[in-house]
Amino acid sequence: MPALKLSLPAGLAQGRLGQTWASLSRVPPLVWLSALLIAFTLWASIAPATLVAYDPLETDLANVLMPFTTEHWLGTDEIGRDLYSRLVHGARESFLIGLLAMLVAIVLALPLGFLGALAPRPVRHGVDRLIEILLGFPTLLVALLFVTLLGQDPLNVAIAVGIGSAPGYARLIRGQTLLVRNSAYVEAAVALGHTRAAILFRHIVPNAIRPLVPITGLGVGKAIVWSSSLSFLGLGVKPPSSEWGALLAAGKGQLLEAPWLLVVPGTAVVLVALSFSTLFHYLQARSEGA
Amino acid sequence: MSARQATISDVETSGKRQALLGAGHVLLGKLGQALLTLWATVTLLFVAQAVLPGDRATIYLNVLEGYSVTRTPEELAPINREFGFDRPLLVQYADYVGGVLQGDLGTALQSRRPVTDLILEQIGATALLAVSAIVLAWLIALAWTLATAGRHPALSRIGATVEALAAGMPHYWLGLLLLLAFAVHLDWFPVVGGDSWRGLWLPALTLAIPLAGFLGQAIRGEYEHALGQPHVLSSRARGTDEWRVRVVHALRPALIPGITLTGWALGALVSGAVIVENVFSRPGIGALLVSAVELKEFELISGIILIVSLVYVLITFLTDWLYTLVDPRVSFERKGEA
Repeated sequence: MPALKLSLPAGLAQGRLGQTWASLSRVPPLVWLSALLIAFTLWASIAPATLVAYDPLETDLANVLMPFTTEHWLGTDEIGRDLYSRLVHGARESFLIGLLAMLVAIVLALPLGFLGALAPRPVRHGVDRLIEILLGFPTLLVALLFVTLLGQDPLNVAIAVGIGSAPGYARLIRGQTLLVRNSAYVEAAVALGHTRAAILFRHIVPNAIRPLVPITGLGVGKAIVWSSSLSFLGLGVKPPSSEWGALLAAGKGQLLEAPWLLVVPGTAVVLVALSFSTLFHYLQARSEGA
Repeated sequence: MSARQATISDVETSGKRQALLGAGHVLLGKLGQALLTLWATVTLLFVAQAVLPGDRATIYLNVLEGYSVTRTPEELAPINREFGFDRPLLVQYADYVGGVLQGDLGTALQSRRPVTDLILEQIGATALLAVSAIVLAWLIALAWTLATAGRHPALSRIGATVEALAAGMPHYWLGLLLLLAFAVHLDWFPVVGGDSWRGLWLPALTLAIPLAGFLGQAIRGEYEHALGQPHVLSSRARGTDEWRVRVVHALRPALIPGITLTGWALGALVSGAVIVENVFSRPGIGALLVSAVELKEFELISGIILIVSLVYVLITFLTDWLYTLVDPRVSFERKGEA
């Protein structure tokens, strides 16, 4: 009997490890690829110098507007700066702007969404209408309005994009909170006579927030696209920076001579945004038990 | 998924309210909602302008002269008098609302021309682009759904993946690729679009492809669901032609989420249009907006946002009515029960 008792935990652990391995090997290759790409971008934002051979600002006037070569993997710009180095060094700014924008959006959306679902009737209706009204404003236009109000720098771009995308998340949070509020377990808690605060913080808030984790991940990719769109218009981060949108803006003048100056950073944005959506869609599906 | 959830809950709440109001008052109620939305928009825009950091007259002078310095009261006084910046906020607000009601959205600071005129000059080009994009998007989405949905599982999966990819494309990237491929390399279309008809194709396509992806995602699920419904089975049993089954019996009910999404996508379409116009150097609201942001022309930006929400409100109204044409079960009176 004692022997059995001793071997049980070990067997359990093995079983768990095996299970983990089995579930990991079921992960589709595309999801792996996305995770890899996000990991690479993260690495580039933390330690860009370890990934590149050139300084992002080093000019090489002998190799101006070069297409892809073995020396310059992704070509050079009009004063011979290595595009791959600039891209890797720009990752941090693009990534941080996306992350911060998402944070701003969620911080604004949480109170709106909760109020829209839980507040007393008149407040709830007011907030509902407000969310609907704000949803009618195009994200880019609201972001542009706030960039104008706050001034064009990376921090303000993040804030503006966050404000612009907040209404969509507010609606999502509101829907999720309503779903939880009307659920059987909340009804049970009410019937058991739990206090309102206990029900709110032990049942409603955690269950309404949990699905937000994958959605936040999806949103970072979208926020990166929006902020690079602002920069592309020349209204966000300005060209000396190598933020990806700023690279696009800088490349606009060379569309005919050196299209890669636009296509490469654009593709980087697309790939990173796609990776975020692929990875977090997968996680979302997993967490919902699909 | 979130869009569909929201629609269902919207239908439910409006259903309850409509039952209370009765059939005749529904239109009136919707009109009231629309007016409330517009009033709130005007107020929000005014507040945004009023709380903007910095003195407006100073910003105006700095923008006009191209450099930032501290201004003396003597310099600011005439500007404040001309634009009324020195009056109490409540008076300015009443003035703003009154102006909007008469179609006066203020004066652009730099060109000193009415904002309404500036917008009306450009909105035609953008509207043409948006409408062409919506038509193209529907054509693409319908063709794609009919070709790939409810067929072999592998084909269906490929169809859904392509839709997801298309829906996630940033407009500037798609526009650039189309421009490089079809205007620069193949030379089928002009590189600088201008306002010619031939120049409309690529920008419209750039806007249409992501929208078609969204529409396709919305239509596909409902369409495949409808194909498994008893009424489809019975019409197949009656020997109805396969195309007729698919188009009339399965596709029609699947259009509803697509229609909802089209109204809802208008905002995304305007955002996209601003970028697409920039990529293809097309005239329109986009160019106006970019210059307005560069010059800090709040009146102009607010005016554009206001016009866009007016259109949005109208479109929402229109889509509510379109439902009744597509799905006979839905009517203004008993939308909630459908």
